[in-house]
Amino acid sequence: MRRAIGALIRKDLILQRRTPEAAPAMVLFSIGTFVLFHFALDEREVSGNLASGILWVTLLFAAVLGINRLFVAEREEGGFDGFLLAPVDRTSMLVAKATVLFLFLCAVEVFVLAAFAILLLGPSLQPALVVVLLLANAGIAVIGTLVAALAIQTRARDLLVPLLAIPLSVPLVIAAARACAPLLTEGGAGALEARWLAVLGLYDLVFGLLAYAIFDFLLEE
Amino acid sequence: MFGRGLKTLSLITVALIVGAFALVFFYAPNDADQGFIQKIFYLHVPLAIVALFGFVAGGIYGIRYLRSGDRLHDLRSYVAIHLSLILAVGALVTGSIWARGSWGVWWTWDEPTLVSFLIVFLLYACYQPLRFSIEDPERQARYAAVFAIVAGAFVPLNFTAVRMAESLVHPRVLSTTGGSMPGEMRLTFIVSLLGMACLFVTLWKYELASKHATFRLRSLKRKLANADDGFTPNPRRSAAPTL
Amino acid sequence: MRAIELADLGRAYGERVALAGVTLTVQEGETLAVFGANGAGKTTLLRILATLLRPHHGSAKVLGHELPREGWAVRGKIGFLGHDPLLYRDLTARENLQFHARLHGVRFERVDAVLDAVGMSARADDPVHTFSRGMLQRTAVARAVLHEPQLLLLDEPLAGLDPGAAALIDPLIGGGTRVVISHDPTFRGDLALGLRGGKVAFCERGATVDDVRALYA
Repeated sequence: MRRAIGALIRKDLILQRRTPEAAPAMVLFSIGTFVLFHFALDEREVSGNLASGILWVTLLFAAVLGINRLFVAEREEGGFDGFLLAPVDRTSMLVAKATVLFLFLCAVEVFVLAAFAILLLGPSLQPALVVVLLLANAGIAVIGTLVAALAIQTRARDLLVPLLAIPLSVPLVIAAARACAPLLTEGGAGALEARWLAVLGLYDLVFGLLAYAIFDFLLEE
Repeated sequence: MFGRGLKTLSLITVALIVGAFALVFFYAPNDADQGFIQKIFYLHVPLAIVALFGFVAGGIYGIRYLRSGDRLHDLRSYVAIHLSLILAVGALVTGSIWARGSWGVWWTWDEPTLVSFLIVFLLYACYQPLRFSIEDPERQARYAAVFAIVAGAFVPLNFTAVRMAESLVHPRVLSTTGGSMPGEMRLTFIVSLLGMACLFVTLWKYELASKHATFRLRSLKRKLANADDGFTPNPRRSAAPTL
Repeated sequence: MRAIELADLGRAYGERVALAGVTLTVQEGETLAVFGANGAGKTTLLRILATLLRPHHGSAKVLGHELPREGWAVRGKIGFLGHDPLLYRDLTARENLQFHARLHGVRFERVDAVLDAVGMSARADDPVHTFSRGMLQRTAVARAVLHEPQLLLLDEPLAGLDPGAAALIDPLIGGGTRVVISHDPTFRGDLALGLRGGKVAFCERGATVDDVRALYA
């Protein structure tokens, strides 16, 4: 299974390097959204709950863009069939795709957070944010892979991905936004609350195990 | 095969519902703070609880479908989720009316159950579009089962997260779980809940029987019409399962 | 040994029956030629044998393993060449084959060997989307035979190839046990299966050119 996961991740990274589609689009989309928030809210600087909310809504919507593209090459260029013909565990597709999405999100967030700090955020960024980002990324990666695999074989893929991903990530956004809010507060950062990290961890665990158990059924024909 | 016991069940349901309404109007006392409007509680909360159990049941039948490949389980899952979605709309509307009656607003973010319900409703509202956009019936059943399982697991997680987000900031306005309900209220509530649960099961069974009979009829018609001839597929796409 | 054993095999898409009542046996080393008009169920049959589709009816045994239950044991022993080349368009031919080599646990030397065998060595490092139809087909053949499969499932393997390329490909896909879909009535297999509307029109060792032509009439 390690062999197959490695092959799939490698293939996706080469493809992404050669024809960068998803990741740059996600960064540009996020920056555009910050500009929109600036004008829509008429705020030069944001902090606290508002900053946290803007950041997470933007990141989630940017993630939806990436989720939409996740399986396009597999579907349109026969990747599913090629993979299914190989003597490998089918769950390796889930692990590989979730890892790729996770890496994408991390890479995108480096740029998005920098842009956020420059454009909108009042207080300076705290290193503790990384913990929240990593836990939330894991959750988005798992649920995003599931949603993308569900939607890719349907006629209404572009519609279904956001419609499914947004309600499913509500607990994730609640926990991530609440956890980040004290870190983004003006005048000395508040402490990271353990219970929100616990919710994020629980979410990752529940959907990770669930995806592991049922992903095979999405690949079969 | 789905018709067995349906008559008895229907009679029990009618009796329970009539009983529940009688209790609500003539037996249960008016709430000291909220007055008469509080009685919508006996409709709102059973609607919500039964809908949630229906969603979870849909997920369980989804698991059974994936394990067995038996299309009847897919049908059971579909009908359960379909009915629960209708009850969920009912719960949202009654919750909204209650909020208006008690607090003068149509919507309140302070009530985690109501907020969770909106989120769960938004998720399950995608169930039919998802089914409808998959043409191959086998794949439709399989994907719908995966959706039902994921969403079924999402329901409790979502309630936990929303409750943590809202209730720890604001004091709970009223306890809907009935920890401190007086005896008359509790009895009325339990009868209402039972009535709603029976109504759900009865409707579920009726719908299953009807769908099953329709499929049987169609397959027999097809056999008659195409005894020697080739086969003409059903031109209409459908979100409902086919057997 | 029997390479393929089908008994009353059937498959439906919803209510539409794509394939019904296929019963046949292919011995090891033999070629099964499949004929039929568009939509006759040829591709469905091939995909069932490749474990990409579940049979709905009857039983299918491939290389001694019951499908779909033991599909995992069959995968990796079959080479599948369908309509689709199953190549990523933005990867080079070599990267595509290396990807499949990793999935199948094949050494990279073999990648160079098959690329050479199909005459694609010179273009091996060009992205697949720059290839012509024939070059695509040759790369797809290289992919299908990369892991030295025991059974080849081929859908019109020579489509889009000029005679020179066809001659190059022929030794790679000849010899072993094969199922070949063809539209060429003069194509000879050890056993010929004719499909019409998902049903078996003929299944015999001595099918004539006229038998095949009658399918398309």
